[in-house]
Amino acid sequence: MKPATPRTKGKPASPARAAAVPARPDHNEEKPVLPAALYEASKEELLEFYRQMVLIRRFEEKAGQLYGLGLIGGFCHLYIGQEAVAVGIQSALTPGKDSVITGYRDHGHMLAYGIDPNVIMAELTGRGAGISRGKGGSMHMFSVEHKFFGGHGIVGAQVSLGTGLAFSHKYANDGGVCVAYFGDGAANQGQVYESFNMAELWKLPIIYVIENNQYAMGTSVNRSSAEDQLFRRGESFRIPGLQVNGMDVLAVRAATEEALKWVQAGKGPILLEMKTYRYRGHSMSDPAKYRSREEVQEVREKSDPIEGVKKYLEEAGISADEIKIIDQDIRKIVNASAEFAEVSPEPEIAELYTDVLVEQY
Amino acid sequence: MAIEIKMPALSPTMEEGTLAKWLVKEGDEVKSGDILAEIETDKATMEFEAVDEGVVGKILVAEGSENVKVGTVIATMAGEDGDVEAAPAAAPTAAPASVADAPSAKPAPAEIKIAVDPAVPAGTEYVKTTVREALRDAMAEEMRTDERVFVMGEEVAEYQGAYKVTQGLLQEFGDKRVIDTPITEHGFAGIGAGAAMGGLRPVIEFMTFNFAMQAIDQIINSAAKTNYMSGGQMRCPIVFRGPNGAASRVGAQHSQNYGPWYAAVPGLIVIAPYDAADAKGLLKAAIRSTDPVVFLENELLYGRSFDVPVLDDYVLPIGKARIMREGKDVTLVSYSIGVGIALDAAEQLAAEGIDAEVIDLRTLRPLDTGTVLASLKKTNRMIVVEEGWPVCSIASEIAAVAMEQGFDDLDAPVLRVTNEDVPLPYAANLEKLALIDAPKVIAAVKKVCYRG
Repeated sequence: MKPATPRTKGKPASPARAAAVPARPDHNEEKPVLPAALYEASKEELLEFYRQMVLIRRFEEKAGQLYGLGLIGGFCHLYIGQEAVAVGIQSALTPGKDSVITGYRDHGHMLAYGIDPNVIMAELTGRGAGISRGKGGSMHMFSVEHKFFGGHGIVGAQVSLGTGLAFSHKYANDGGVCVAYFGDGAANQGQVYESFNMAELWKLPIIYVIENNQYAMGTSVNRSSAEDQLFRRGESFRIPGLQVNGMDVLAVRAATEEALKWVQAGKGPILLEMKTYRYRGHSMSDPAKYRSREEVQEVREKSDPIEGVKKYLEEAGISADEIKIIDQDIRKIVNASAEFAEVSPEPEIAELYTDVLVEQY
Repeated sequence: MAIEIKMPALSPTMEEGTLAKWLVKEGDEVKSGDILAEIETDKATMEFEAVDEGVVGKILVAEGSENVKVGTVIATMAGEDGDVEAAPAAAPTAAPASVADAPSAKPAPAEIKIAVDPAVPAGTEYVKTTVREALRDAMAEEMRTDERVFVMGEEVAEYQGAYKVTQGLLQEFGDKRVIDTPITEHGFAGIGAGAAMGGLRPVIEFMTFNFAMQAIDQIINSAAKTNYMSGGQMRCPIVFRGPNGAASRVGAQHSQNYGPWYAAVPGLIVIAPYDAADAKGLLKAAIRSTDPVVFLENELLYGRSFDVPVLDDYVLPIGKARIMREGKDVTLVSYSIGVGIALDAAEQLAAEGIDAEVIDLRTLRPLDTGTVLASLKKTNRMIVVEEGWPVCSIASEIAAVAMEQGFDDLDAPVLRVTNEDVPLPYAANLEKLALIDAPKVIAAVKKVCYRG
């Protein structure tokens, strides 16, 4: 056997290393740094974070109830426990400029985007007033007006689609950034890596956000991922990654600011791994036998994202009464959305045949 | 002993080529691997290497000769023993014209008359164009008028297209709009669909539709269904295009007709043109459509020339079949390469006194059932000619339409002339048996006409 020829000066440590081509020194030499400090939110911002997170929590609880009553059918994936991720990231984006795409656990993202809870809930109950006219359902909701591009039911597909949205931002030179959310389960899909490759190759303006809620349906990250530190999943494409406490909205916001800076400077994609947790099952029909009640309870008690914001509010001198008023307002909004979704009529029969194609042929 | 150097076949479908340049001269010594000549195929300019060592004897085909058939002896070479004397003495090289005029191994098909497309205004001039050029022209014209249109795929830019369909686009439009991708169909089909959702007009080329199976989830679940699922909010104006169907001797994994697959999906437009005029007019329509379009080309048709109308902006309607030949005795319904076979069969049948009408569906979804049923009403007999499998095919669909909506017009059962129901074999004889041809069409016609 012929010995490997060293490509660098000096004695190689081992033949295997000698055979490897050294990385180009100029390529992504710079790395983004996880901000040591939390985002410094104003009192108003903290109140808004709280309001949005409670809205998501109460909305999802209500959706769970309506599912139990048979008013929501099919699949219904609740966002309870993960609220800080959507709210923290969304708050850093520029509405009307940046675009967002996610998978099937999409209700929370839409609420964080300021989309009317009534039309979301009416979609869940399959009514004509739903945001997709009742034809999409829980997993298929979109608001092009808000640059929210769904709502996709095939695990991982939104990553390629989001990369395409980022391509269109760059092509149109509109300064926008795409945020593509996916879970720890989708992180094992092949098209994710095909997309990573092209996004870095073409320096597309995209933030890949892995919402690592620890379980892909019933399979834990450790049982499904050879590299379970998911923020490293971009490394072989030279996409830098940051691991973030996704249960703390201020940590999420701070990391998002850093990511936006990176992407907007034209340095290409970046990956944020949001360590989070879902309290409920994967979908409504999940008995959640793969984890203990104690495990869930511990997260709820120690790191609940809403309780976390409450503490920040107390530190900022917001009174318990003020918080109570917000809670009551949210309950009213959510109850009204449930009422709206229940009394709204089902789609017109003619809707069966509309929107298959845009044009007439 | 002199070795004969023959015109090589440099692609699965190459039958002839241009001997662009000799890089050796008579008397040169060559080693194995030395480049002897440059040969232009319809796809690319290729370097032709020496296989054996020896001395170049006589050059028999001059550089610049066009239409040199594969297998023609283009030079001789003395073998390793250096027996140069054995090579014939130098003689004036053949003029290019003499090669072009040489009888071809396979006779060119007789000129088949095609009915004038009523979409073309009377008095329009025509120019002979290959399907390959027509497709390129369609893309280039649309790219000139709409900044949102871009082309993406494997080898579409620097290589000028794996089948040369995107030739020249990179030079005219630059690398922002003509984009080479890694080999990653699933990924770039999704990126294309996402870009369309984001407001652009992507033309995504698959090197062949066989490779689009890697990407079929994005074509169907993302591109086709989103408009419906979003209640008409989110559109996906994209064209997925590339060669479809059997090429030549490339085996089962590279020889499949996906027309029936995509035509089964609501939310998609599926187009499969036959001639160059339709290829141009329909690709332009596809790029302009706000709906997702699967545009199925055929590799064996790329090099064929047809009359294309000389019009500033030749756009054809999607969803309209074309009567290629009028007839009264039997209707032959087909699309893509099958149309040529149907027209050939119709000519031969005319000699036997059977007057066949030939319909090119052109669009597979939505199907122009009106044109098909009107023809059935006239002829009362119908054959579907399809280069593809028989089961759950376009032919099956046409037969069902004829039965459900034209039952009273039928004087005989609708017959399907399709490929055999097997993966396409490699061996030349078996491949030929598996594919449709004119004799199979003629036999079916005679059956429904109760003749012969």
